[in-house]
Amino acid sequence: MSIAARTTAVGLGGEGAAGAPSVPHELSELEQKRIIVGYGFWIFLLSDIVMFSAFFATYTVLVNETAGGPSGRELFHLHIVALETAFLLLSSFACGVASIGARAHRDAMYYGAMAVTALFGAGFLFLEIREFVGMIAIGAGPQRSAFLSAFFTLVGCHGLHVTLGLMWLLTMMAQVFAKGYRPDILRRVLCFALFWHTLDIIWVAIFTVVYLMGVAV
Amino acid sequence: MFGKLTWDAIPFDQPIPLAAGALVIVVIVGVVAFITVKGRIPYLWREWITSVDHKHIGIMYVTLAAVMLLRGFIDAIMMRSQQAIAFRSQGYLPPEHYNQIFSAHGTIMIFFVAMPFVIGLINIVVPLQLGVRDVAFPTLNSVSFWLTATGALLINLSLVVGEFSRTGWLPFPPLSELTYSPGVGVDYYLWGVQISGVGTLLTGVNFVTTILKLHAPGMTYMRMPVFCWTALATNLLIVAAFPVLTATLAMLTLDRYLGFHFFTNEAGGNVMMFMNLIWMWGHPEVYILVLPAFGVFSEVVSTFSRKPLFGYRSMVWATMAICVISYTVWLHHFFTMGAGPNVNAVFGIASMIIAVPTGVKIFNWMFTMYGGRVHYASPMLWSIGFMVTFVIGGLTGVLVAVVPADFMLHNSLFQVAHFHNVIIGGVLFGAFAGYTFWFPKAFGFRLDERLGKAAFWCWFIGFYLAFMPLYVVGLMGMTRRMQHYDVPEWRPWLLVAAVGAAVILAGILCQIAQLVVSIRRREELRDLTGDPWMGRSLEWSTSSPPPAFNFAVLPHVEGRDDYWRRARLAERGVGPMAEPIYKPIEMPRNSATGFVCAFFATFAGFGMIWHIWWLVAVCLLGAFATFVVFAWRDRTEYEIPADEAARIDRENRAARRLAFAQTEPAE
Amino acid sequence: MSDTDAGLHLNDASDHAPGDELATGHEIAEGLLGYVVGLFLAALITAVAFFISGTSLVWGPSIPLALVVLAIAQMGVHLVFFIHITTGPDNTNNVLALAFGVLIVFLILVGSLWIMYNLNQNMTLMQMPTG
Repeated sequence: MSIAARTTAVGLGGEGAAGAPSVPHELSELEQKRIIVGYGFWIFLLSDIVMFSAFFATYTVLVNETAGGPSGRELFHLHIVALETAFLLLSSFACGVASIGARAHRDAMYYGAMAVTALFGAGFLFLEIREFVGMIAIGAGPQRSAFLSAFFTLVGCHGLHVTLGLMWLLTMMAQVFAKGYRPDILRRVLCFALFWHTLDIIWVAIFTVVYLMGVAV
Repeated sequence: MFGKLTWDAIPFDQPIPLAAGALVIVVIVGVVAFITVKGRIPYLWREWITSVDHKHIGIMYVTLAAVMLLRGFIDAIMMRSQQAIAFRSQGYLPPEHYNQIFSAHGTIMIFFVAMPFVIGLINIVVPLQLGVRDVAFPTLNSVSFWLTATGALLINLSLVVGEFSRTGWLPFPPLSELTYSPGVGVDYYLWGVQISGVGTLLTGVNFVTTILKLHAPGMTYMRMPVFCWTALATNLLIVAAFPVLTATLAMLTLDRYLGFHFFTNEAGGNVMMFMNLIWMWGHPEVYILVLPAFGVFSEVVSTFSRKPLFGYRSMVWATMAICVISYTVWLHHFFTMGAGPNVNAVFGIASMIIAVPTGVKIFNWMFTMYGGRVHYASPMLWSIGFMVTFVIGGLTGVLVAVVPADFMLHNSLFQVAHFHNVIIGGVLFGAFAGYTFWFPKAFGFRLDERLGKAAFWCWFIGFYLAFMPLYVVGLMGMTRRMQHYDVPEWRPWLLVAAVGAAVILAGILCQIAQLVVSIRRREELRDLTGDPWMGRSLEWSTSSPPPAFNFAVLPHVEGRDDYWRRARLAERGVGPMAEPIYKPIEMPRNSATGFVCAFFATFAGFGMIWHIWWLVAVCLLGAFATFVVFAWRDRTEYEIPADEAARIDRENRAARRLAFAQTEPAE
Repeated sequence: MSDTDAGLHLNDASDHAPGDELATGHEIAEGLLGYVVGLFLAALITAVAFFISGTSLVWGPSIPLALVVLAIAQMGVHLVFFIHITTGPDNTNNVLALAFGVLIVFLILVGSLWIMYNLNQNMTLMQMPTG
């Protein structure tokens, strides 16, 4: 296994020592810091996933409470969802390329891939906002029924995370531009990549449970 | 411009909150003026407000807890006195007021006394016990503390500006929905708890990372002190449970602010889902509170029995078992809501199973004492008091885990007595034991022992007087949270309970006196050895208080209770006489990030409560700007040169040697 | 070695922290290949999921389960190819943390569904006027 692969544990370069309690001293202080920061952010992401599962649980409990109003089958447009999914997946891929670019200190790769990540992410948000606005316009807003409250909150919370992620992305581009590939900035790029990939994982759950099951069942 | 805020928000027509608020304002202004006049603001800013040192942050947490204990206890005195008086009468507290008081009492005691106390102790002790210099994310630690303080500030602000929630310490819908609670009370609760909840979650992330990834050389997981294991379990539970609280309170907030229908009676909302979610957080929460207390007792009992903790492995297993099982029992808080016998049975059995690992711990503590040379210093008294009291409380817990019994006892004073039994007997006694035990480490002088013992006995006797009658009266059918009643059989018991509250008050006064007296007599009580109790774990190898960097050279650990082993060898003159090799030490710089973030959070929360939207927008922008400014820092650490570290360490080691030479040989 | 020290060397293109991912030459290609494979697999699974949800070729009642299985598979693809969670010894802490998270998520979802289903069942038996 190449060094590159071996040292990619938690998202590129985090190397958790083999269940051993301390980060071993053979690792330099910077490597230790990268592992510690990566692990800490991983724990935070798990807590975020727990929060999303509370929203998921609420959604699945309230999914049939349409209060005489529209249900998912009537509201969801699967071809838009497919496009959103494609955008987010490609965005995740671009983010991976950007991570490699950052570690390799390659400007073209880093800035280019981050820009592509941002564009696809923004495209996703554009489609989602359009969907929300459209639903509200026909009277299927979150105040209409418990189902819609749960839908808008779950999907909207994900969208909010994507928005915050885009702000973070732009900040990371600005930081590298201003300060170069400094180790602490690279640690933040690592955290950002973890965050972005996790958002895609959560989207997998959303398009499966909310959209596909909402239409198919 | 000011949203819903008008002059009517100040309770000019209610004498009690007005007087209380005025008193608090006078005290705060007085303290701030005193500090300013003495020219101590720069010191306060440098050493405390912008500190990222875990020891200082921990001390601030405990201080917050202690101050809020006074507020929460005053609420308790008011409730006990009201119930003593209000037999066939309205008492002196009208219902709207009484309801706010019991809501504030519970909210403050859980979120702003118990949580900060245990988190504060964890902050002070865990990095020292692990043999490291600080936690994994020191600035994040500061942010956590200041966000918690923000929550406390908002809750207390409701006393003078507006009103507090009347729903109890958990805002059950539909009462907490806008229809039935149109005022700002529930909003104060929501934003105060939500903001401090974020701080707590960040603490969870911080300490899980610290405990799993930062150790002194040679400190394997199975050599960590049990307090670190319980801290790990606690913080894992925080990470696993607090997000559910965040989500649930957010949903209630959306219902109230934007007309959503999660928990409303109309449009398909499901009130029961709130109970399900909130208790999914609520049960792990009480284990978050009690596990650190168990850890304290493990340290205290082994230290004061002069023996290694009995059954270390089983303690670790019991701790992690409690951690996992605590996430599988939450329905026992709403057996009566109607899930049916199958569901109730499963959760009832799980609730009984969780008593087993706790029983294992109790036996281990007892076996630690057996055959040891027990010293009955006040931390040990708190521990023994805990063992008796917590077992009783745990037994009543298993009693209500029997579903048919719970159907009779749910929401009665029996239930109230049970949870106070375990929280006071477990969490609070543990907090006080830890406070007394580690006070010398934090401040460099011991607490007055006589007043400490007096405080213990007042609390212990007062607790039984205050709460045993509540078991009786609960079995007689008295419901909780009653503002008045007319059943004569209950009255004598409630009078005894009021006397008990007065005895506890005496205990608190003893503790205040203890602090004042100890500060006055601090030179006599000074601890120059760093190890006033014959401790077993690494924190006792540092000076009291430890230097900023904790250890000049990270200790090399060879087994459990490694400090104890080295100290006993050192007594016999065996051990490394050569000086360690000193290297430059890098420490994280102070940062105002935490304080500034909390400043924006406070005003954003206030703006949300009173619908002052421009204020919210400005503060959110300010919070984002704070992050960016923090991220743009170029210098994040400062260096302590090797000779500076050497100098400090030599001084401390010399002082320790001298002090030990002057004390009597240890038994 | 502090961050600021390392920062001073940032203009030196050959400077990497010792043992850090080299990410030069063929390491970059290997890394990219991992992401391409992940992208392809994820896209494939997504396409299958969308197809299954709308088709009558699959037995209807099994569709939700099939979708869940596919979703879990795709999450696995993301975890392995994008987040690089492996079963190597250097990943144990990460995997344990993930397992803990998965346990909690499972308890939340299954617990809530089971409890709420039972609660709702017992509610609907009562013929109470609504509103």
